Amino acid sequence: MGATGEPVISMRGIRAELGSRPVLRGIDLTVRHGEVVALLGANGSGKSTAVRSVIGQVPVSAGQIELFGTPRHRFRDWARVGYVPQRTTAAGGVPATVTEVVSSGRLSRARFGMLRKADHAAVRRALEVVGMADRAKDSVNALSGGQHQRVLIARALASEPDLLIMDEPMAGVDLASQEVLAGTLRDQVASGTTVLLVLHELGPLEPLIDRAVVLRDGCVTHDGPPPKAVGQHALPGHDHVHPHAAHDAEPIRTGLLS
Amino acid sequence: MDFLDYAFMQRALLAAVLVGITAPAIGIYLVQRRQALMGDGIGHVAMTGVGLGFLLSWSPVWMATIVSILGAVLMELIRWFGRTRGDIALAMLFYGGMAGGVMFINLAPTGSNANLTSYLFGSLSTVSESDVTAICVLAAFVVLVTLGLRRQLFAVSQDEEFARVTGLPVRALNLLTAITAAVTVTVAMRVVGLLLVSALMVVPVAAAQQLTRSFAATFAVAVAIGVAVTLGGTITSYYQDVPPGATIVLLTIGAFVVLTALAAPLARRRARALATAHPAGDPAECAIPATRAAGDEVGV
Ligand SMILES: Nc1ncnc2c1ncn2[C@@H]1O[C@H](COP(=O)(O)OP(=O)(O)O)[C@@H](O)[C@H]1O
Ligand SMILES: [Mg+2]
Repeated sequence: MGATGEPVISMRGIRAELGSRPVLRGIDLTVRHGEVVALLGANGSGKSTAVRSVIGQVPVSAGQIELFGTPRHRFRDWARVGYVPQRTTAAGGVPATVTEVVSSGRLSRARFGMLRKADHAAVRRALEVVGMADRAKDSVNALSGGQHQRVLIARALASEPDLLIMDEPMAGVDLASQEVLAGTLRDQVASGTTVLLVLHELGPLEPLIDRAVVLRDGCVTHDGPPPKAVGQHALPGHDHVHPHAAHDAEPIRTGLLS
Repeated sequence: MDFLDYAFMQRALLAAVLVGITAPAIGIYLVQRRQALMGDGIGHVAMTGVGLGFLLSWSPVWMATIVSILGAVLMELIRWFGRTRGDIALAMLFYGGMAGGVMFINLAPTGSNANLTSYLFGSLSTVSESDVTAICVLAAFVVLVTLGLRRQLFAVSQDEEFARVTGLPVRALNLLTAITAAVTVTVAMRVVGLLLVSALMVVPVAAAQQLTRSFAATFAVAVAIGVAVTLGGTITSYYQDVPPGATIVLLTIGAFVVLTALAAPLARRRARALATAHPAGDPAECAIPATRAAGDEVGV
């Protein structure tokens, strides 16, 4: 745990190429302790690439990334990070139960892959938080789209992380499940978890978001209060006062880069 | 049970059981990561090892082990680095491996295509004492890896990207999976043959899936099917004078067909049970609990 305001994610001048094509062209992004930051932008604007560079899945060609104040290549404390990749399914090529999938998320806290009683309890709690405890023994193949997302989020929560990184957790999720996920997130934020989430639209999560960062073609075009409606008001310099922006440290304006 | 009196049959049955255990045990992870045909590729590469074994008068089993491990590592490296033409590189590796095997065995003074055939399709009656020793050692390694690291291998095979964020050594585990698959290929080579080994890695898993909902159960059922068909095939081949490798593979496919036929009524019964447990509009589906105990919180 760090003090409020301490940077948890810090990206400075991040560039990344995928297949020789520049996808990130100098991204600056800071997420401070206790903040909920939404990463917005059109399809293909580089949102997933940006979060995947934070977790080391995408090699960066320039710039610095720090997690909890440690340069990413030296960062080892992965139990503090919960990650929800952009997926439509939690299933693999072989049947697996909801519990089996969510238990994978606890490995970062387990030694030599051995799960103890406390680990199983944490997995159970994570399932309760997303409202999937009654499906614990069911195969993930038998779940709906929204339930898949809930399983993926429970897997990220199983390590009891300080930082949650979620890539489009609301994609293909019906409204009922969206409300459950919003409730889950609200509880996490209330208990001090820092959140970076990629979203297509703010939806029911809107009241939770402290700050929005908008990407376009691999550049940050807006960093500040969340726009009311993405697309219409997502332009840099748009003056929209958000009721939730006040309580936080003043937004970090990095502006247009590259 | 008169076949148990023959030393060659004892060796054959022991080898068969070990193959029945190890092939599905590593195969389940290959199926999980949707690389079901990796075993087939390694089988092709192992042919070069067999050929080299004859050419250099070395044990073909150990030589095949070394070459197929090298081939499996190369396949992993191609997966890491070769983004665009990975499939072409793999094709060259597979067919190069097969051609190399044919070439080397014909260059060898003691080798002939007949020798090669016994490795391609298996030849249980020629399993020697030293073959059995090698098979036991290699099988122990496979069981140790697939059971001892089951949680790590499950996580990496289910979602590689997520596994990286749990701090698992993803590349090392991928390499270990490839190496273990290569070792399994050489364990199974004498029993079912290089061209049929992949069937024993994949089909028992596919058959088990028809009945199971969990990974653990799939693992157990697949191994049980593997042992049943390898023993059944070996004993059948003793009485009927049919090739054991082909018999085993046909039995496995038979098991798949039977279990698939059984699965449909089973799934219907399960769906009915589920409908009674969660009737339509069950609040458990989407309600947020009104009160939350402190112990329910996951977070800092
Ligand atoms: N593996 C890849 N190889 C080449 N280009 C890629 C790859 N993945 C994504 N891209 C490209 O990078 C750009 C950004 O992708 P992404 O970060 O997934 O966007 P977003 O998540 O914002 O929709 C897209 O134009 C996409 O086509
Ligand atoms: Mg994306």
